[in-house]
Amino acid sequence: MNFYNEMIDDNGGIRAHYQGYDRWLRETPLERIARKRAEADLAFHRVGITFAVYGEEAGKERLIPFDIIPRIIPGTEWRVLEAGLRQRVTALNMFLHDVYHDQKILKAGIVPAGQVLNNAQFRPVMQGVDVPGGIYAHIAGVDIVRAGAGEFYVLEDNLRVPSGVSYMLEDRKMMMRLFPELFAKHKVAPVQHYPDMLLEKLRAVSPKGVNNPTVVVLTPGAYNSAYFEHTFLAQQMGVELVEGRDLFVKDDEVFMRTTQGPQRVDVIYRRIDDDFLDPLAFRADSALGVPGIMKAYQAGNVTLANAIGTGVADDKSIYPYVPDMIRFYLDEEPKLNNVPTWMCRKPDDLAYVLDHLAELVVKEVHGSGGYGMLVGPAASKAEIERFHQLLVARPDGYIAQPTLALSNCPTFVEQGIAPRHLDLRPFVLSSGECVNMVPGGLTRVALTEGSLVVNSSQGGGTKDTWILED
Amino acid sequence: MLSRTADHLFWMSRYIERAESLARLLDVTWQMSLVPQSLEAANQNWNAIIALNSLEEEFAARYSAVNAENVLRFMVGDTGNHASIVSCLRLTRENAHAVRGTITSEMWETMNSTWLEARERSFEQIANAGVGEFFDWVKMRSSLSRGTTLGTLLQDEAYHFIRLGTLLERADNTARILDVKYHVLRPHGDEGATDFYQWGALLRSVSAFEVYRKAYRDVITPERVAELLILRNDMPRSLHFCLNGVVKNLELIANRQSGETQRQAGLLHAQLHYARIEDILERGLHEYLTDFMDGIYMLGDGISKNFLVPMAEAA
Repeated sequence: MNFYNEMIDDNGGIRAHYQGYDRWLRETPLERIARKRAEADLAFHRVGITFAVYGEEAGKERLIPFDIIPRIIPGTEWRVLEAGLRQRVTALNMFLHDVYHDQKILKAGIVPAGQVLNNAQFRPVMQGVDVPGGIYAHIAGVDIVRAGAGEFYVLEDNLRVPSGVSYMLEDRKMMMRLFPELFAKHKVAPVQHYPDMLLEKLRAVSPKGVNNPTVVVLTPGAYNSAYFEHTFLAQQMGVELVEGRDLFVKDDEVFMRTTQGPQRVDVIYRRIDDDFLDPLAFRADSALGVPGIMKAYQAGNVTLANAIGTGVADDKSIYPYVPDMIRFYLDEEPKLNNVPTWMCRKPDDLAYVLDHLAELVVKEVHGSGGYGMLVGPAASKAEIERFHQLLVARPDGYIAQPTLALSNCPTFVEQGIAPRHLDLRPFVLSSGECVNMVPGGLTRVALTEGSLVVNSSQGGGTKDTWILED
Repeated sequence: MLSRTADHLFWMSRYIERAESLARLLDVTWQMSLVPQSLEAANQNWNAIIALNSLEEEFAARYSAVNAENVLRFMVGDTGNHASIVSCLRLTRENAHAVRGTITSEMWETMNSTWLEARERSFEQIANAGVGEFFDWVKMRSSLSRGTTLGTLLQDEAYHFIRLGTLLERADNTARILDVKYHVLRPHGDEGATDFYQWGALLRSVSAFEVYRKAYRDVITPERVAELLILRNDMPRSLHFCLNGVVKNLELIANRQSGETQRQAGLLHAQLHYARIEDILERGLHEYLTDFMDGIYMLGDGISKNFLVPMAEAA
């Protein structure tokens, strides 16, 4: 398979936007780079920028490997992506509002009603609930890959509790600390204002009549894999980081327990899944949530970001319909490509997928984090056979896509510098008034040779992402 | 501030202070044991450390005999002992971890790396390098934690809860060290030849040897040692000094329900402020210190109920 290399063109030349970096790399002694890489490792450990891995020894924390070769995107390309992201997230929010109100798109037959209404992520409790600004996915992490000759594709939309933005910010901080001279030579668009932008968005969606809202970040607690990020964002925004037990509901209003008595809370940036948010409304065994918070939410006394029930729009069974949503709500052609997708619930699609398992990527409709997927070309016969049985037994639980020739980028690995595959997750913020994002996003890189899975839970690393201003 | 945040800050500072105090207590016991004495007397001193922390049962379940090595092993690096120095450092780090968004990154890095380093050392390594070196390291790390707190943290509510934890814990620990050592050193009021070294070691354990010289310019006597550690109001590890800070910080965080706790703190403070060492010794130092430690316990309990884990209440 031929891969698009972010840095080197087909003739072995350095692409224009990488030439400055390439020159620096060639002029810089290898010992200095080795020293700086060690310094970065040490700093990340000391600062404790770690994540917990599920399924490993309890409480064990790992570093996410950080690579010092940046992923560079020219400003001209970014502007196309930015416009496409804005369009896409706008349509997704309109879709969410629609399915919880008039369901026009279902009535028009654009999206099959069954796909939405029978979806486990569809929350009937949200039916008819008006949320501030009509915004459901205030924070969206859209995974983008580059394939073929360099075209961008949206791989998935993460509209529930997308994570990773703290790595984007820490990677930039680290790069600037290690190699300030690179930033003097390149016009790299800054990203550090993300927390301000986020706070502004959260304040903008406060409940009606609240002028100076109290915003908090709600975390499942210190043992959550993304706890570092929760503390980081709360600290950067200067708001309280709360756990469910810090909050209580009285007369449909939410309060936090403080040293000076109860204080009302208006906007909650929650990093807890719907299921665990309110034991009275969802899973009764949840010890992480706040009993009664759903009623306070329905009464309009508190804003949750993201809203309840956004999962119905980022589900892999809905993904194939996003381009049609854009046409339906915005009357525009999609600016970003979707990856062609076979929906295994359709008999024809299923037949094709079963015949071509060795070439395709098969994903669970409700899966995430790189768990429970089949990468055909890399899979053993036994694995393919296992998925064959899974698909036949429960076809509506799966989709399949062609194995994309993900682009790669030179990366430091044990043997030296070698190409590794990567993706990009920009973080798109919406408030009803506007849709914004900081330039770039989180670049994740698969460190294992040939691997196409970039998730940190599967051994992926990160790179600083540079949008070069011209 | 969130009650839970205040709770973590309070216990973060208590645990690092407790690790330091424990290092000091073990250090003085270790140094005292180097002066010639009977094995029985030596083991009695080590036993007192176990008794002081009410750890007799846990100790007996893990070790067969009370002696220097076993007690050090148990109190320094035994992760199965929740009161060991290493456990205290772990709890410091865990509490800091839970509020790392509230404390400064320098504070977090200090407490995190203290734990990471402590975890790397086996008891054998510590013993080979000399336990004294380890105790010095613990004291330095605790000083570093306090220093980064003082040097980097905004002096708001968070700072007051941290100070409260430090001072309450220190008052309790100074009282404990004095209680256990005073009686070992002076069971019948006689003064032997070893006294100078023993009292000197006790003073050093609370960094008060030079202070004593400066304050009294005279030979070391038990009464003055007691006076210095209890009543002297400018000696950073004395009970009086600690209570000064407790009262002041409590005033700064006062809320609608904390009146009774403040009254108790004020009373405890007044009892130190207007006391005379002769009266305390006449009444019995042990009784006095026991009452004082009860008072500290009550204060901790009051702070917890008023600020840290308030019952769900009407909004």
